[in-house]
Amino acid sequence: MSTEAPSTIDLASRLDRQAPAVEVRDLRKTFRRRDRKAGRLARKRPWPALDDVTFTIARGECVAILGQNGSGKSTLVRLLSTLLISDGGKARVFGHDVDREASTIRRLVNRVSVEASFFKKMSASENLSYAARFYGMTPRQTRTGVPEILGKVGFPPERRNEAMENLSRGMQQKVALARALLTSPVLLLLDEPTTGLDPRSKLEVQEFIRDVRAEHDATILLCTHDMAEAEALADRIGILDRGKLLFLEPAEDVKRRFGVETLEQAFFAATGREFEAEEGDQEDDEYREVFG
Amino acid sequence: MSSGVGSTEPPKSGGLGFAGAGAGRFALETRNQLVGLFGIVERNMYLTKRYFLWDLAFMVWTIANTLTIVFIARAIPGITPAEENTAATALLVGATIWAFLGIIFEFMTETVAWERWEGTIEYTFMAPLSRFVHLFGQGAYAVLYGLIRASILFVAVAAFIGIHAPQANYGAALALLAIASVSFIGVGIMTSVLPLISPEKGAQLGFVCQGIMLVVSGVYYPVSVMPEWMQWISKFSPATYALRGDRASILHGTGLQWADVWPLLIIAVLATPIGLAVFRVGERHAKRHGKLKRAG
Repeated sequence: MSTEAPSTIDLASRLDRQAPAVEVRDLRKTFRRRDRKAGRLARKRPWPALDDVTFTIARGECVAILGQNGSGKSTLVRLLSTLLISDGGKARVFGHDVDREASTIRRLVNRVSVEASFFKKMSASENLSYAARFYGMTPRQTRTGVPEILGKVGFPPERRNEAMENLSRGMQQKVALARALLTSPVLLLLDEPTTGLDPRSKLEVQEFIRDVRAEHDATILLCTHDMAEAEALADRIGILDRGKLLFLEPAEDVKRRFGVETLEQAFFAATGREFEAEEGDQEDDEYREVFG
Repeated sequence: MSSGVGSTEPPKSGGLGFAGAGAGRFALETRNQLVGLFGIVERNMYLTKRYFLWDLAFMVWTIANTLTIVFIARAIPGITPAEENTAATALLVGATIWAFLGIIFEFMTETVAWERWEGTIEYTFMAPLSRFVHLFGQGAYAVLYGLIRASILFVAVAAFIGIHAPQANYGAALALLAIASVSFIGVGIMTSVLPLISPEKGAQLGFVCQGIMLVVSGVYYPVSVMPEWMQWISKFSPATYALRGDRASILHGTGLQWADVWPLLIIAVLATPIGLAVFRVGERHAKRHGKLKRAG
């Protein structure tokens, strides 16, 4: 297929065929953050973003991690994509250690985050070509691959050469999905991919995620606060609460465990707190998780 | 599992069925890295095209700034027109190299700062591109772009002031600058880590390094006028040899001098690995403390 990165043979050689897609054991990450209530001069204190998190994801599986702002979802995604170094525990992707074999992991993983981050003055085509070069795709390959992948995510062809700054958030998020898919990752990390999108764009993105799973046999880790989205897309659902993973099971098992009818009720039963809406709190989440 | 109330194990295992590792992984990896290097240069070309008018405005500022320096030659009392021409040329060479170095340091510090501002830094840092190729690609484009800008600056100011350099050996001057550029990239890599350590002030600190390097290198004066301890430090600066050699080539038509080339080669061989090592330490620090992604 023309949209595939040319390093497929190389990529195949890096996959331990016996290992699960993701294997996380007692993973810990602590940031230091200042207690805002105590003022700006207060001393920073340790803030556990991930607290002995353990789970496994099988190949081809789609797993959703639910959690509120600051629960550690983004930290988990960043650790698996080699953007953070853990404080303890182990994380392996297709048998490779994320801290010690980062360069190998980078060939296997791609990510879509809540912010569709691009060079704003460059067009969708230019941004995708740029990203694809890092994965070994030549201009000849992206000349056909980029329009093809943009077509798949429903991006209008006439806007391919328009600067990203002129595109709506939904359009930008589609380009972000295309960027992640263009490099044919075997593990796709989706960190709030539909947050802030209008209902129609949200459905389109979700439909695309389903297609990706069906067509590419990719393993997906979806971090979200949208319970309906998690239930619709994932084989198993976990709740990450204040850095602790409470469980990771099929949605029906979760409901049965707590004797409830909805995931919202299950969340309340598991954490003792309501699952609050997160819109508009994203920056606070970033601050807490990343810069503490 | 160590915490929580439920199972975190998968219900089943899957398989992807990829073929085993093939021969020639090294060749494939090298090819991929070269394509990545091209990607860095290509992206910078896109951005230069998009910001062309801003660059033009900045060029006007650089020319104006250089004129303020070169006009000093006209104000020196009691010198002949030939001496005035020599002084103006010497000042112009200094100002041009200052501008050239400024471009390299700007590009290198922007490696992190600009991507952080755009929000793309995490995507670049999680890509399978070696840090050496990433930073060298950025430096290579900076050198190309800097050489074009420095040439335009030199020609524009020389024409404006009316500098005559009939003996000038421009080929040797450009060649020496190109050799010095490898060292400049190495030093630039060291400074490019600064925004990773301090997102707010790191980029400015890069320009402090540039200023210090040029002060000890005799940017507008011979190194011999400085205190002895500064002259000793100047031996470790690649700008010292670039300035000395380029002045000789422009004023006297001198060709490439081995006395200028060998120190530059040694500094280049040392500066790049040291720069990469410094960057790696900074990158690990940023990844440990969550400083990679930060706006502002």
